[in-house]
Amino acid sequence: MKDKILLAHGSGGKLAHELIEKNFLKALANPFLVKWDDSAVFHLSGRVAFTTDSYVVNPIFFPGGDIGKLAVYGTVNDLAMSGAKPLYLSLSFIIEEGLPQSELNEIVDSIQKATQETRVEIVTGDTKVVHRGSADKLFINTAGVGIIPDGVDISGSNASPGDKVILSGTIGDHGIAVLSQREGLSFSTQLESDCAPLGSLVAEMLAASPNIHCLRDPTRGGLTTTLNELAKQSKVSIRIEEEKIPVREEVLGACEMLGFDPLYVANEGKLVAIVLPEDADKVLKAMRENHYGKDATIIGEVTAEHPGRVVMKTCLGASRIIDMLVGDLLPRIC
Amino acid sequence: MKFITEFRRSELAEGVISQIHRKSKTQARFMEFCGGHTVTIFRYGIRQVLPKTIEMVSGPGCPVCVTANIELDKAIALARIPEVIIATFGDMLKVPSSYSSLQEVKADGADVRMVYSTIDAINLAKQNPAKSVVFLGIGFETTAPIVAASLLQAEEEGLRNYYILSMHKVCPPAIRAILNSGEVKLHGLICPGHVSTIIGSYPWEFIARDYSIPCVVSGFEPLDVLQCVYMLVAQIENGESKVEIAYRRGVRPEGNQQALKFMEQVFEPCPAQWRGMGEVPDSGLKLKRKYQHFDAELAFDIDPGPTHEPKGCICGDILRGVKTPLDCQLFGKVCTPEYPVGPCMVSSEGSCSAYYLYGEGFEG
Repeated sequence: MKDKILLAHGSGGKLAHELIEKNFLKALANPFLVKWDDSAVFHLSGRVAFTTDSYVVNPIFFPGGDIGKLAVYGTVNDLAMSGAKPLYLSLSFIIEEGLPQSELNEIVDSIQKATQETRVEIVTGDTKVVHRGSADKLFINTAGVGIIPDGVDISGSNASPGDKVILSGTIGDHGIAVLSQREGLSFSTQLESDCAPLGSLVAEMLAASPNIHCLRDPTRGGLTTTLNELAKQSKVSIRIEEEKIPVREEVLGACEMLGFDPLYVANEGKLVAIVLPEDADKVLKAMRENHYGKDATIIGEVTAEHPGRVVMKTCLGASRIIDMLVGDLLPRIC
Repeated sequence: MKFITEFRRSELAEGVISQIHRKSKTQARFMEFCGGHTVTIFRYGIRQVLPKTIEMVSGPGCPVCVTANIELDKAIALARIPEVIIATFGDMLKVPSSYSSLQEVKADGADVRMVYSTIDAINLAKQNPAKSVVFLGIGFETTAPIVAASLLQAEEEGLRNYYILSMHKVCPPAIRAILNSGEVKLHGLICPGHVSTIIGSYPWEFIARDYSIPCVVSGFEPLDVLQCVYMLVAQIENGESKVEIAYRRGVRPEGNQQALKFMEQVFEPCPAQWRGMGEVPDSGLKLKRKYQHFDAELAFDIDPGPTHEPKGCICGDILRGVKTPLDCQLFGKVCTPEYPVGPCMVSSEGSCSAYYLYGEGFEG
């Protein structure tokens, strides 16, 4: 049983210490963690951005990523969407007993690589082990703090009529890549999750124009949900053009098969930016020079009529409303 | 050739749209039978780009929507039996029956599993030998063959804990019923694409012959539907009524013989209840005597109790094409996708859901 996580690993006793030392500290050690104190202590100065998120993705390994990488990138991205430079993260594991240690180690290694890439540090953490069936393999909860540079004011309520709406790349890659591996639904695809850290992209966008009005990453609920949130928060309408939205052929194909609309499928490495019309080209250029924004494109604009609504011009030139996702995406019958 | 983007190209669509405008002189009402077409029509705003001479009405072709409450009540009664596992396509979970939904009885502890195919359901039966797995056989000719194939597999493997509740329906008799009722005057029919992949285009011949109504089988991309509308308009303007296929990449006149063979082996026609239409002769599929040991209704003693229709819901009239969701007092107020009253708001292919999600009536 040595190769599996047991309830005793979460007991706070010897096995728990062994788990922290051998599985976590070995990979993640830094001056904060090696102190073994109850909380991390550090100085911050300036405007602080603070976020939290939980990760329950099934399966925990998927094409293009895993739950650990997703947790770090997701938290870093939430901070970046406020314009903040991400600094410190907390990391809590809820592990279902029986999880192979090798899988946990693989995820911790992936977390280590992701923190290195995004230049953040895990400064505090926790582990709980629960009975079989009380969790699904592994859940991760994180929190993160970052500092917002002076002069940056990004919020979902800042969109104003005339602004341009920029999307950083193709939509639906993550959702379809994960679904393709799910039990009972596996289908073969070359598609990988777009799971990516967006901190550097945001930093370069802010360097091009510090006046960016809104930033948001369209994760669960997809592009549609994000645009609806922004339209409602800012009390404006957003008009987009269907033909401008980049979608991979594989994603379109899988969506047709399953009866999904790519506009509602999750992304983990994309962002939507709403910027002043005069800044749009500068920001777009900066985005396209970054690897994670190379397919960036202007998909529409902000208007004053129909506040709170998102309207899409279809490929036939007609207009329709696109509303938020209701419930979960369910595959269709015929 | 790409099979999706090629059929969504705006410059090609523009050409077909202007041809329709040029050709169409006579006022005409077309029904799209299939819910999949309804979704395409609303998702791409096809009604907005057609000339005023053409009126589109949606038909009853959504398998979830036409499932009568009495059938849903039976499914729920089965779900409440402790040793039963219900295996169902996801669409069915949220559909309100007389008093509950599968989603609700699941939350109360019933074992209801969402599956993606009958293969999953067969596997469930193998993995749970002490339980009985009941697959909810819903759907048109598109789904019936795979359910038939699953029964043949279960029979061959001697699987004794796999059952189906057959709520299958076949489409041509339903169209005949709509035409015979005379409630909606139709001048053209967009015939279902996936259903025709199985049954072919011959079963629609009676409509062109007996009712002098042009019929065109369509695919599900915007260009497919536009092409189909053009072909219907051309038949009308040329004074013709025949069956044509605008979906040659998916449909052959004779259909899919192998799939039809499976269906005929296992099922035989029977009268069926359609929501809004009542009993339609020969529009259902029941298990042949040889396969009756798979019939969940015979295997379990269920009493679904009296049925009950939600007050004010006009899903039945909408399914017959007599009314639209905008005529319903509940639409968008009491009845929304979050809190659906009738099935047409639940199913992704239902008219109410399409009107609501795509903002029909919205002047953008």
